[in-house]
Amino acid sequence: MTASSSVMVSLRGISKSFHHDHVLRGVDLDVRRGRVCCLLGRSGAGKSTLLRCINMLETIDRGLIRVDGELMGHRFVGDSLHRLPERLLSKQRAELGMVFQRFNLFGHLTVLENIVTAPVRVRGESRQQAEARARDLLAHVGLAGREGYYPAQLSGGQQQRVAIARALAMRPKVMLFDEPTSALDPELVGEVLAVMRDLASEGMTMIVVTHEIGFARQVADQVAFMDDGRIVEQGPPAQVLGAPEHESTQAFLSKLVS
Amino acid sequence: MTQEKVVIEEKVMMSENETRPAEAGTGPAADDYPAVRQPRHPGQWVAVVVIGLVVVQIAVSMVTNERFRWGIVFEWFHHERILHGLLNTLVLTVVSMLVGIVLGAVLAIMRESRNRVVAGLAWAYVWIFRGTPVFVQLLLWGSISALYPTIALSLPFLPPFLEFSANDVITPFIAAILGLGLNEAAYMAEIIRGGIRAVDPGQIEAARALGMGRASVLGRIVLPQAMRVIIPPTSNELIGMLKTSSMVAVLAYPDLLYSAQLIYTTNYQVIPLLLTASLWYLIVSSILSIGQYFVERRLSASDRRIARGGKTA
Repeated sequence: MTASSSVMVSLRGISKSFHHDHVLRGVDLDVRRGRVCCLLGRSGAGKSTLLRCINMLETIDRGLIRVDGELMGHRFVGDSLHRLPERLLSKQRAELGMVFQRFNLFGHLTVLENIVTAPVRVRGESRQQAEARARDLLAHVGLAGREGYYPAQLSGGQQQRVAIARALAMRPKVMLFDEPTSALDPELVGEVLAVMRDLASEGMTMIVVTHEIGFARQVADQVAFMDDGRIVEQGPPAQVLGAPEHESTQAFLSKLVS
Repeated sequence: MTQEKVVIEEKVMMSENETRPAEAGTGPAADDYPAVRQPRHPGQWVAVVVIGLVVVQIAVSMVTNERFRWGIVFEWFHHERILHGLLNTLVLTVVSMLVGIVLGAVLAIMRESRNRVVAGLAWAYVWIFRGTPVFVQLLLWGSISALYPTIALSLPFLPPFLEFSANDVITPFIAAILGLGLNEAAYMAEIIRGGIRAVDPGQIEAARALGMGRASVLGRIVLPQAMRVIIPPTSNELIGMLKTSSMVAVLAYPDLLYSAQLIYTTNYQVIPLLLTASLWYLIVSSILSIGQYFVERRLSASDRRIARGGKTA
């Protein structure tokens, strides 16, 4: 297998500004198939924005996003990029699972409906097939028997695990996690991280924006540290977290330790 | 701290100690403590007596004042002309509400458009139709032929494709529907927009991230949740429309009120016929209110189920 074919997510020169505020200033990042990449950095460094650009919940001003070799969100017309119509964007988004900080489960639907809606509506799976898979996924995240519950009847940790099952139901190529444990009570963080750890060990390609340094150290294959819209340092966790070279990484990590 | 406060706090502490017996059974029995008497509300009894006297007085006058002519009220109550007027009122109410809801939904979606011209147009519509009395709007639709004697489908500076006489097209019924429906649309637009805005944007984003298209997101995620916010005020609007529709009397459209008026212009029984019409309005609005009660009870029951409460699994 060549090096390029094993790259699952490739970002090149991603730039974005809100009004005149540059949020991303030319970000390059490669995440190989089956690997876990943790994005670290202060809030406001652009981690979440970068993640949201990958599945085109945010538009970008410049740059190329490739997932499994396919150019995301745009097509070339001559030398310039043109944004794809919404219908094609939806099709590409379906290949990427996303887990949000605030879970964002559909409040009016049961746990089971939350999981089967997209496979049935978007993939055209049969209800039976989708429900069977939803039950398997729920068992997988430790929530067998909760099919008929509504999101508000579950704890934050349970809701986040349902949200992970909902994303997995689409059989995504990549899972994007946007601070998946930041909105949880401290005692519920562990159960969500455990599910993510399992997922990583099963070979899912994952990009995780997180403040959980312990998780990054143990689970990530690769850590990227962001500051002011750039990736200032990246590499294996032992290197970036153990012996940071960049001063903002050092400052960030020293604050966490104290 | 003042002397008085200290004394009070000491008393509280002492009494707390007293009520904490070392062993069960050694302290005073529960019956030994003073019972709490609920406060009496003597003012309520005074109010009941006063209200009772007023109600009885009015009731007696309604029976004894012969000018009410209850005989005539009930004689016309199920007369064919009144019932036909009632039917027209019901049709007018339903059709105007449908026009209001459909156009209101279009305006609400336009209002949320990223295209400023489209959003501005919806805003201007609501501004004009909410800012002028519906009574005046009905009069204007009724006299539209004075403004546009012919109605034609055309593009600017080109000859028209189709042409009608305004008097033929804008019948009193059409004028009534236009007046009531277009006015209602302005109110429904605000109600529907409020409902759509009440949906958590995070859920919309999650649905898009799952690859759901615009129509799926709207139909599966946004509308079902917006409906809980939209339905209660819409049933209020429906009950309001039943009564507002009586204004079409100015267009000489024979609704319930105008039918009653047509009858009393010939028999001069003004009060009894107004009472006949009022009774019918009261009956229909009561039925609608009962329906509203059940609809809202169902909504709040499913809200409770979703929010916490009864496990459905």
